[in-house]
Amino acid sequence: MTTKKHEAQKQEKKEDDESGEAHAYTPGLKVKRAMTIDKLRRLPIPGEVLHKVGDKVNYDTKVARTEISGDPEIVKVAMILGVEAEDMSRFMLKKPGDKIKEGENIAFYTALFGLIKKNVPSPKDGTIESVSEVTGQVIVRGAPIPIDVDAYLPGKIVQVVPREGAVVQTYGAFIQGIFGIGGETHGEIKVIVASNSEEITPDKIGTDCKGKVLIGGSLVTLDAMKKAVEVGASVIVVGGVRHQDLTKFTGQEIGVAITGQEEVGITLIITEGFGKMNMNVTTFKLLKSFEGHLACVNGATQIRAGVLRPEIIIPHEEKEEEKSDTFAMGMVPGTPVRIIRQPYFGAIGVVNSLPIELQSLESESMVRVLTVKLQDGTIATVPRANVEIIEE
Amino acid sequence: MLISTSHFRIAMPALKKPIEDMQYILATDVGSTTTKARFFHKKDGVWRFYVAGEAPTTVEAPYEDVTLGVQNAVREVEELTGHKLLSPDGSGLILPYDGKQGVDLYCTTSSAGGGLQMMVAGLIKNMTAESANRAALGAGAIVMDVIARDDGRQPYQKIQRIRNLRPDMILLAGGTDGGAGQHVMEIAELIKAAEPKPRLGASYSLPIVYAGNKSIRDDIAKLFKGEFALTCVDNIRPVLEQENTEPARRAVHELFMEHVMSHAPGYNRLMKWTDIPIMPTPAGEGMAIQLIADTFKINVLGVGLGGATTNVYSIVEGRFVRSVSANLGMSYSVTNVMKEAGIPNIMRWIPFKIEEEEVASRLMNKMIRPTTIPQTLEDLMVEHAVAREALRLGLQHHRTIATRLKGVQVQRTISDMFEQAIEDSYVKMMTIEVIAGTGGLLSHAPRRVQPMLILSDAWLPEGVTRMFQDSVFMMPHLGVTSTVYRDAAWSIFDKDCLVRIGTSIAAAGVSKLGEHCMTVELTMPDGKVQKEDMNFGDIKLVPLAEGQEAKAVITPAKTFDVGEGPGKHKEATVIGGIAGILLDARGRPLYLPEDDNQRRDLLYKWFTSLKLYPEDSLKELVK
Repeated sequence: MTTKKHEAQKQEKKEDDESGEAHAYTPGLKVKRAMTIDKLRRLPIPGEVLHKVGDKVNYDTKVARTEISGDPEIVKVAMILGVEAEDMSRFMLKKPGDKIKEGENIAFYTALFGLIKKNVPSPKDGTIESVSEVTGQVIVRGAPIPIDVDAYLPGKIVQVVPREGAVVQTYGAFIQGIFGIGGETHGEIKVIVASNSEEITPDKIGTDCKGKVLIGGSLVTLDAMKKAVEVGASVIVVGGVRHQDLTKFTGQEIGVAITGQEEVGITLIITEGFGKMNMNVTTFKLLKSFEGHLACVNGATQIRAGVLRPEIIIPHEEKEEEKSDTFAMGMVPGTPVRIIRQPYFGAIGVVNSLPIELQSLESESMVRVLTVKLQDGTIATVPRANVEIIEE
Repeated sequence: MLISTSHFRIAMPALKKPIEDMQYILATDVGSTTTKARFFHKKDGVWRFYVAGEAPTTVEAPYEDVTLGVQNAVREVEELTGHKLLSPDGSGLILPYDGKQGVDLYCTTSSAGGGLQMMVAGLIKNMTAESANRAALGAGAIVMDVIARDDGRQPYQKIQRIRNLRPDMILLAGGTDGGAGQHVMEIAELIKAAEPKPRLGASYSLPIVYAGNKSIRDDIAKLFKGEFALTCVDNIRPVLEQENTEPARRAVHELFMEHVMSHAPGYNRLMKWTDIPIMPTPAGEGMAIQLIADTFKINVLGVGLGGATTNVYSIVEGRFVRSVSANLGMSYSVTNVMKEAGIPNIMRWIPFKIEEEEVASRLMNKMIRPTTIPQTLEDLMVEHAVAREALRLGLQHHRTIATRLKGVQVQRTISDMFEQAIEDSYVKMMTIEVIAGTGGLLSHAPRRVQPMLILSDAWLPEGVTRMFQDSVFMMPHLGVTSTVYRDAAWSIFDKDCLVRIGTSIAAAGVSKLGEHCMTVELTMPDGKVQKEDMNFGDIKLVPLAEGQEAKAVITPAKTFDVGEGPGKHKEATVIGGIAGILLDARGRPLYLPEDDNQRRDLLYKWFTSLKLYPEDSLKELVK
């Protein structure tokens, strides 16, 4: 995606560096109308890739397949027979690699001319994996469990990673949320509020929301989330959610932000944060402009190693010049930013200046700051750590 | 009963310059939230801290390369000093210092990428599994689970657990040397059957360190052959009465470099930049805390309160134990502190009215944007409240690890009525002589008295306890530096890192608010005697400058103890610090009224008495 404009920005950045002018780096969330999106669809363990480069796929096309070994069961054969582990092999009816049915004997022991009989039935269908003469244990491995990976996005295969998966490429809008729950899903976009500041309440959700990606404004209530599940909506995308509502909805308090596995009947993505928070206008307008389009959504969030943010991908064919990543050049005066902590939480503006000297805050902490020209024209001084770049 | 206390040993690498010729050292810590660069300089023959630079850690897209965060932090050092450090081609640092630019030594610690996540297995939960747990924690690991033969779970449950874990590494122990090996083999077979996969990709074999019964090594090797990267080391419990964690700890550290770090984003590049191996942050931090205990020959309780984890270190009568509480921290794990402690326990430290939902939302927002910092006083005080709870829970966890060796026959006296009495943690606050704190929140606290009170509230020191503080968070940096240049590290540690906050004098016991608790007579350096009558519920700070000493005679009321038994007086030399001498008569356990208004009033009284926060702003908030 290297464009001339991008090259020019890199050149400007280099000049900034050399001139010693201020700049800073901060993470941010992507809200892009058009870009090329590559997704590596990878198996958890090696397997078979089902497509080749150039193949067209839909979001539900299987692109790779593998099997994970079945659950093992440990059977204490020597103990059950009452023999020493090293003598156990004499009584084994099965050897490693043999198939076995549930209830079928693994081993059989007889003594005193058949008066004493002991047998060890298999606890499950499977294969004998190992027979240990050290511990007297036999491991019965259950049938393999198949795992399929689908394409997730409609598009084409642009790369195959042998035995691991494939890269699916599509072109479309790409919007990252700040936090989500629930895994990958799909649906048609349906905006159910009039503005980015309107709450989603149960009365806004009807049976026509079934299978849809519902777009809200500032907040979704607990009752609204329940109603969305009731009517079978796929996704809710909204500015904020209350902590206690989310806890009640998921049935557990979120301790560490590693999500995506929740089975709550819906995927939820919040774009701004916890509490009532107006959805960023740009995000709202962008989603609204694609009403009726298919969206591929993933709520999985991991705010730890290999950070993962929830995402909404809207494949489309509108031709628009792809904008380069302003993240790559960091923050400079004029960069659009959002303040992400009190006392200006949610305020939007542009970087006004990036003073080098440490400054004292109300909390008396001495930190590096920047000044932001807010939308109403006022200048706010905030720690550099408390803003994120708005990538449009 | 022995517990290994030796430090990490790292093969001396080829340095760019002999240590005696060095003039500039750069050390970084790639934390889960922030990458911290610390620049050291030898001036007039003395090593000193020069300047600090910080930047958000870049594990998150679109960067996903920790070296970018390192460069940003180092660039800040460059901006502040005008000293050029980074290679113009982006290939790392300019090494060595050529008279104009560059550094003579670059080293780093790291806890980004989730640190080192391990699973531990042993035979008996309270014996070999516990020793293995201590060894893994000693290596700076986060222990995800401890599997033992007697842990109460069925084999299939253990298998399911192992399958779900995806650890970076497994430490397996069990049995004494020459003893029966069958049960250890059972655990080994269980691990093999579960087929655990490494967290950072399925493309390499999962490392297993075996530190159990020597006589079954061949069977273990045969079992794991081909599917795991097995390393055998000396038995962690060669005989029941002895614990030998050092070989296992060293193996874990080496494998951490070889297998784990090389799979984290950008670490392959970072490893090429450094002169010595990258060390896990808790390992560096622990070495620094040990420096205090070694130098002063006293019992120390230390803490690194980080963004994702809380690491607690105790050195009691020479025994060094480290615990890493994986999900207690001030950014990534802040909501887990809320979950574990409960919101009411956090709210109890806040002196102004605020809704529980508001506090919860703020903490959730901190968790999803972990690199933000409090700008308002209100926000700062909420974070300080959480810090007390993270520290309290961290010590609680530490005490479950810092226990006497179990399974050893102990000669009992009539006072050891119950077995429990023998197996209790030996970390008793009355025996702790120094408390030392590090980590972003403690080190960056705007007033030095803030960490003093936060640590006091969380850990409830008893008797006479000195309190130290990492000045600008550089204990991990100095810990890793000390592996190659101890003298430089100690010089900086003593002069610039270790802030002497002061000394706490606290009486253990409870009474009614306003009743007499203790009398403290301080003979100050100028010979004047200052007498303080402390009633229950009082707290007071007596100024005594850093380096100054006062003679203290402490006379507790008959239900209170300051170290010599209830009602018995104690004489001690107390040493001053930036904050001074903290006289604490708030009780042990600490007394906090159940009524919200009374509780807030009392907190306000304590905070204003210590000048904990800006007076006018605090008054405004409480109003």
